Amino acid sequence: MRIAITDRTAVELSAAIRAGQTTAVEAAEAMLARIEEQDKLYNCYVTVDGEGALSQARAVQERIEAGELTGPLAGVPVAIKDNLCTEGMLTTCSSKMLGNFVPTYTAEAVANLRRAGAVVLGKTNMDEFAMGSTTETSAYGVTRNPWNPDHVPGGSSGGSAAAVAAGECYFALGSDTGGSIRQPAAYCGTVGMKPTYGTVSRYGLVAYGSSLDQIGPLTKDVTDCAAVLETIASYDKKDSTSIQRQDTDFTSALVEDVQGLRIGIPGDYLGEGLDTQVKAAVLQAAEDLARRGALVERFDLSLVEYAIPAYYTIAAAEASSNLERFDGIKYGYRTKEYAGLHPMYKKSRSEGFGEEVKRRIMLGSFVLSSGYYDAYYLKALRVKALIKKAFDEAFAKYDVILGPVAPTTAPKLGASLTDPIRMYLGDIYTIAVNLAGLPGISLPCGVDESGLPIGLQLIGDCFQEKKLIRAAYTYEKIRGPFGKATAAEGRTTKAEGRTTEAESRTTEAVSRTAAGGWTETGQRVLQEAGQEQEGHRHE
Amino acid sequence: MSKQYETVIGLEVHVELATKTKIFCGCSTAFGAAPNTQTCPVCTGMPGSLPVLNKQVLEYAIAVGLATNCEITRYAKFDRKNYFYPDNPQNYQISQLYLPICRNGSVEIETEEGGAKKVGIHEIHMEEDAGKLIHDEWEDCSLVDYNRSGVPLIEIVSEPDMRSAGEVIAYLEKLRLLIQYLGASDCKLQEGSMRADVNLSVREAGAAQFGTRTEMKNLNSFKAISRAIAGETERQIDLIESGQKVVQETRRWDDAKGESYAMRSKEDAQDYRYFPDPDLVPVAVSDEMLERIRASQPEFRNEKRRRYKEEFGIPDYDIEIITQSKHMADLFEAATAICGQPKKVSNWLMGETLRLMKEKETDAQDLRFSPEHLAKLIALVDAKVINGQVAKEVFEIMFEEDVDPERYVEEKGLKTVNDEGALRKTIAEVIAANPQSVEDYRNGKEKAIGFLVGQTMKAMKGKADPAEVNRILLTQL
Amino acid sequence: MANIISDETIEYVGILAKLELSDKERERAKSDMGRMLDYIDKLGELDTTGVEPMSHVFPVQNVFREDVVTNGDLREQMLANAPEEKDGMFVVPRTFE
Repeated sequence: MRIAITDRTAVELSAAIRAGQTTAVEAAEAMLARIEEQDKLYNCYVTVDGEGALSQARAVQERIEAGELTGPLAGVPVAIKDNLCTEGMLTTCSSKMLGNFVPTYTAEAVANLRRAGAVVLGKTNMDEFAMGSTTETSAYGVTRNPWNPDHVPGGSSGGSAAAVAAGECYFALGSDTGGSIRQPAAYCGTVGMKPTYGTVSRYGLVAYGSSLDQIGPLTKDVTDCAAVLETIASYDKKDSTSIQRQDTDFTSALVEDVQGLRIGIPGDYLGEGLDTQVKAAVLQAAEDLARRGALVERFDLSLVEYAIPAYYTIAAAEASSNLERFDGIKYGYRTKEYAGLHPMYKKSRSEGFGEEVKRRIMLGSFVLSSGYYDAYYLKALRVKALIKKAFDEAFAKYDVILGPVAPTTAPKLGASLTDPIRMYLGDIYTIAVNLAGLPGISLPCGVDESGLPIGLQLIGDCFQEKKLIRAAYTYEKIRGPFGKATAAEGRTTKAEGRTTEAESRTTEAVSRTAAGGWTETGQRVLQEAGQEQEGHRHE
Repeated sequence: MSKQYETVIGLEVHVELATKTKIFCGCSTAFGAAPNTQTCPVCTGMPGSLPVLNKQVLEYAIAVGLATNCEITRYAKFDRKNYFYPDNPQNYQISQLYLPICRNGSVEIETEEGGAKKVGIHEIHMEEDAGKLIHDEWEDCSLVDYNRSGVPLIEIVSEPDMRSAGEVIAYLEKLRLLIQYLGASDCKLQEGSMRADVNLSVREAGAAQFGTRTEMKNLNSFKAISRAIAGETERQIDLIESGQKVVQETRRWDDAKGESYAMRSKEDAQDYRYFPDPDLVPVAVSDEMLERIRASQPEFRNEKRRRYKEEFGIPDYDIEIITQSKHMADLFEAATAICGQPKKVSNWLMGETLRLMKEKETDAQDLRFSPEHLAKLIALVDAKVINGQVAKEVFEIMFEEDVDPERYVEEKGLKTVNDEGALRKTIAEVIAANPQSVEDYRNGKEKAIGFLVGQTMKAMKGKADPAEVNRILLTQL
Repeated sequence: MANIISDETIEYVGILAKLELSDKERERAKSDMGRMLDYIDKLGELDTTGVEPMSHVFPVQNVFREDVVTNGDLREQMLANAPEEKDGMFVVPRTFE
């Protein structure tokens, strides 16, 4: 039985192309047809570059046939979040401010994909300048959740997640500052990963919170996720915060084995505000992993409630500075009428930016302003240090932290924007990961009663993506195929009531496991990275 | 004015570093290119671009810090200074506030009274320069050129240790010389590669507290600085005497009008919201790096003075002039190394070079002739290939275009005629043509010989050895 | 709400951020910012005495480039994005008095 070309994963597709069963051009055409057919409804894309994609696909196909491109993404159509610069292709950040901005350079992550033969279909919708959790702050209309068009796809990488879920691309790139990959991945039933800070170059990523931003994959499954991450991870001299790693062969971690893996579930992640169905599905996943030999226990992560205020202070402060460059002079929107320089600045920015962006710029400017810097900004950086320390302590005991991605499944369109604090609270399980620079992966672990996907989040220590991939891959095998079709067959979670068993079964085993080794490994990797950079300097 | 006042001055000196590329990107810093042709996404503030520190900037900054007796910060960071202005493409400037690269230094200056005085250096930090704004006369708008945007600067912030314009100039001269000796900058005030902002306050003589200070910008020459200091001192004293208060503000000096005016605007909140730049990582200065830079510090002026006296035995006056410019000192040393005649090299520098520098308003650091060519010129004179007068003419061409004197003398046929027959023939003609002078000479008017020598030289188009002409003339008369 | 944001504060922050809010936006901003700051004030509950502010998560340091010219002339592509250009430069409202 032949699988329809559109139903294949990225890795399957490239294998089929290499085997001559299909071509890069057919794949691109299939995606463009899907977009043509569906995207009026979903609005995943801000820009579709049909011609460019086809000509690139033809060139790639030739190189595949010539044996020059052999990797797992060669010929595979990809969608790029619209805050990643693409030379010669509109890059809007879903803002009126950049409605006509055509970069003269390409983001390093996208360049890495192109070098691997991936075919860029276009640019996906997002919350304006990545500020939001629903993709509703886009200046180019909301994106709808392919699982139910009345619901949001999440955000800010909502267009990317929805495009993968709707089959309008094989995989996509997103960016994650406080959960912007993992949360839409959860809402749209796809896999999404935020790598360790510094793993993927930020060159060409329009900055929101520079110390928190990371680019990562949104994919159909964990295998694709590992393959994409392996391709986009690179040490880039153009990004001073880029880290030289030796261990980016992430696909080598696609191993179905969690025997002895120490998994901690923060009690703080299961408390008030968490939807019971989400909770049940997540605990069921933990139990499934425990059945395969993982050692699962609950623990107290602490400081969870402080992550959001610390995050919003730091992100808003950095954003207020990062977005100063949008002034109507060098590129982007300039107001039509103005009387002098400062009115030009103010009108251009006030008209070019949307409400949420302005809100964060105002907050960020305030917390950095004279008299408040110490009380707000420095305080937040100190809390960030404490949060990092809390994770360090947790990772001395556990290989992986497991929890929900978001407190609920995807809300209805228009339900979130009215109250910013409530919206920010939705990020409670994801943002601490960014503050601590950790890797985190989100993958589907069921659907709720209304048929919307539920996301499971696995968090690793710095540079421990492989542990996450191994755990996620194993879980994916346990869970079985996941998609709208499978969900419709009635494979909903029936986990409620079974969780206590999973909890109690695992605690004892943890103490038997040797505690050393891996933390040191993580630090060693970092040290090596540092030395490499050090060494490079003295060449 | 009944009371006695004291002027208290501190300086913020910006120096453009002589790197090939900008501080955070690989764009050229060469001066004079067409607008915006030396720019890239980084130095024009394109979204998604990221800065990477030019190592040479750090090394120059440390070198200047060592030369000014600063403590080098072993763990330094960059901060963003946020303010909107069109010449600042990101609308923040990457600078250093919290952990600048150098702190707590000092330089010694000579006061007008001839004594020595220490001027403290509060800090030196690295930062990026802004672009240039050009006013469009025709369309009532301004135009932005980002070629200068991102050119590396160090800002040297002094303590408020100076008390007069004379001390300020002495301090600036001292910094300029140190930095030029280091090769870290050419330090030209007129071209803006060295810029000084003056922080000035006045107080009653003997008062313990400083008065309220103002900051003056747009000072493009030592003269402008002197005038601005006099003007601002007077303005502040007038305010105090009339019972008003000095307002802490930034003022722009208009040297043509001889007055300053406040640069205040409601839109300039002067609240720069500094915070550590998350795009740049900290700089950790290792012992090894520090020692390497320390070891490669050049010989500074005082050491050269001592050595020139011992090694070359040239007059103190010459030493003072020659070491006033690193470039001239280099020229002197290189030419001397080739020809082995320090006194002659020094004479060329002190005589013709200084004369032409004055005449053509040239700075010592812009001298174009090479030491090789100067040494060749000296050799040509020594070998009597050309005479002194021709040598001066050739030198003037060298001064302008750095021609090779050997080739030039050859091409222009300026060699001294050593053919005695030809010389005697010309002299005979001169004697025949000037019977009156011959008569005068024979009647004891010794001066007449000079006229005849001159006539002979003229007839020979200068290409004769005047001493030889004199000798033959005497025998003929 | 513990943090009361005044019109003056909003005006001042507007000058810093170069944003001009409509009356409606201004009222909303006052309330939002006040609530956000109340929320952020929660950080005050934590004792951070002796804790170093952490800007970078990893101790990466000394990342340099060599002083070598690598960029060419991209003026035309760059100016293509400019709202207004003249003679190879960006046009801005007059900046000198």
